[in-house]
Amino acid sequence: MAMNSVPPASAMQSVLRLLSIPGLKKLGVGPLLAALVLLAIVIITLLSPWLAPHDPLEMQPLLRLKGPMPDYPLGTDPYGRDLYSRVLIGGRVSLLIGIGAAVVSVLIGLLIGLVAGFFRMLDTIIMRIMDSLMAIPSILLAIALVALNGPSITSVIMAITIPEIPRVVRLVRSVVLTAREEPYVEAAQALGSSMPKILFQHLMPNTMAPLIVQGTYILASAILTEAILSFLGAGVSTEIPTWGNIMAEGRQYFRIKPELILWPGLMLSLCILSINLLGDTARDMLDPRLKKRGE
Amino acid sequence: MLGYIIRRILAIIPVMLIVAIFVFLLLRLTPGDPAAIIAGDMATPEQLNRIREAMGLNDPLLVQFFTWMGRLLQGDLGVSLISGTDVTTMIGQRIFPTLNMALLTIVIAVMIAVPMGVVAAWRHRSWVDYAVMSFSVLGFSVPVFVIGYLFILVFAISLDWFPVQGYASPTDKGVLAFLDRAILPALTLATIYVALIARMTRASMLEVLGEDYIRTARAKGVRESKVLFRHALRNAAVPILTVIGTGFALLISGVVVTESVFNIPGIGRLTVDAILARDYPVIQAMILLTSGTYVVVNLIIDISYTIFDPRIRY
Repeated sequence: MAMNSVPPASAMQSVLRLLSIPGLKKLGVGPLLAALVLLAIVIITLLSPWLAPHDPLEMQPLLRLKGPMPDYPLGTDPYGRDLYSRVLIGGRVSLLIGIGAAVVSVLIGLLIGLVAGFFRMLDTIIMRIMDSLMAIPSILLAIALVALNGPSITSVIMAITIPEIPRVVRLVRSVVLTAREEPYVEAAQALGSSMPKILFQHLMPNTMAPLIVQGTYILASAILTEAILSFLGAGVSTEIPTWGNIMAEGRQYFRIKPELILWPGLMLSLCILSINLLGDTARDMLDPRLKKRGE
Repeated sequence: MLGYIIRRILAIIPVMLIVAIFVFLLLRLTPGDPAAIIAGDMATPEQLNRIREAMGLNDPLLVQFFTWMGRLLQGDLGVSLISGTDVTTMIGQRIFPTLNMALLTIVIAVMIAVPMGVVAAWRHRSWVDYAVMSFSVLGFSVPVFVIGYLFILVFAISLDWFPVQGYASPTDKGVLAFLDRAILPALTLATIYVALIARMTRASMLEVLGEDYIRTARAKGVRESKVLFRHALRNAAVPILTVIGTGFALLISGVVVTESVFNIPGIGRLTVDAILARDYPVIQAMILLTSGTYVVVNLIIDISYTIFDPRIRY
């Protein structure tokens, strides 16, 4: 039962439904495979409480660092906990933090970017601050923030979000700067539309396509950063199994049992890889100019 | 040209000033008593007082800021709360392993990535191109510490070609001993950098290879290697240089992780240790130092554009 990692029927159906959308067929195998892998990871992660054969926190001192056994498909960790269950459950917090950080940074960045692009007075000041924030290496900033605010999930999300905001702001601002000169914006102004209406109804829709692409990349990088933070001991509290935390605990025992790092590392890499591939696909679909340049 | 350089150098001042203000406020605006945050939950009132005294936390915010800035401008980065050593001295002791590793990494990365990107663009849509692009997506997606441990597992443990961990100074122990220990961490660090540079080289080369002068060069019988590396690559160099500069931030983040994986006594380890011990003066200094390096590296790259592309005049 535990080995049943094939996506259930509902997932396959939704994939089939996706396939019947015209235009999606010519995408090729890569993006489809990426979507399938990501879907499988998300489903496994969501169902992990039921899929996991053991309590991921249950310690069995007699079963420390064992190899694979019928009951423990991937063996056990230094505290005798089931590695398979931990890797399954570990994705939950990692994905939660990734999605949280991506959503928050896109929303805040969108708001600041709209303001910076629209109000010339504020533009210089905001962009100076953003340039300075971008000069600080994101990992250092994030670990410093977690160290100061404590290892809670919210504080980790915040720590990952803040370094990502300037990139969103730059993107939104550049889109707004060009869109602002369009005749329809001038027309809306002439008609006496209110400023928030121009910002959110006329200018914001222009930012959506590039933001979806950027948001995907931020999601991938947020999941990566979370793992790095945990790995360095500056992530969420070690009692919570995340892919990063499992690897951090495996560091000392790497020579004895490299699987402690390899399995969560594999899940993490597959997850980030598929998100990045989907981001590339979304970019090619939404902005054909970039594809022509071959980037 | 000189005017441009001076203007670019002056433009660094506001950026670094904002970084400094930010770093300063980071601790002070965190909810709760900064001294208590630094000292941890088990601190005694005496310890708290000692920290407040050492960091001047009892003064008004503006006084604190100007005292701190004044010392900073004189090169005084403060004193470690844990060891009591001067932060400048601490950094001086730890910076050479990191500098040597970073240099080796950049050399390796450019030597691997630029030919990769050139060949991928030259054989556009061939298997080489797809292989390079797949590698580049992989390089972005596999966390640097996973790559590090994979390299250790394969090259140090299974094949036994290199030592597992450690560092040897090239000046004390010789270049060979340094390389023996530094190759694996440098390759680890280089992976993501290679991915980034190869991608940009390919994109930039693809654009240039479509130009008329490339066709002309080929038509007059210039050797293909010369067309690629002399005629095309030089014209494709500016975006590649830019990405080497912006990718420098990735390198700094990578250093922090790689030094932990390979047990290298550099400033990356110093930073992680300082953060875990909440040694705030060291954290402040490291953020300022790395941001400053990033800004200066990008300044140098901006100026070096003229060497590669004489059309750019300032």
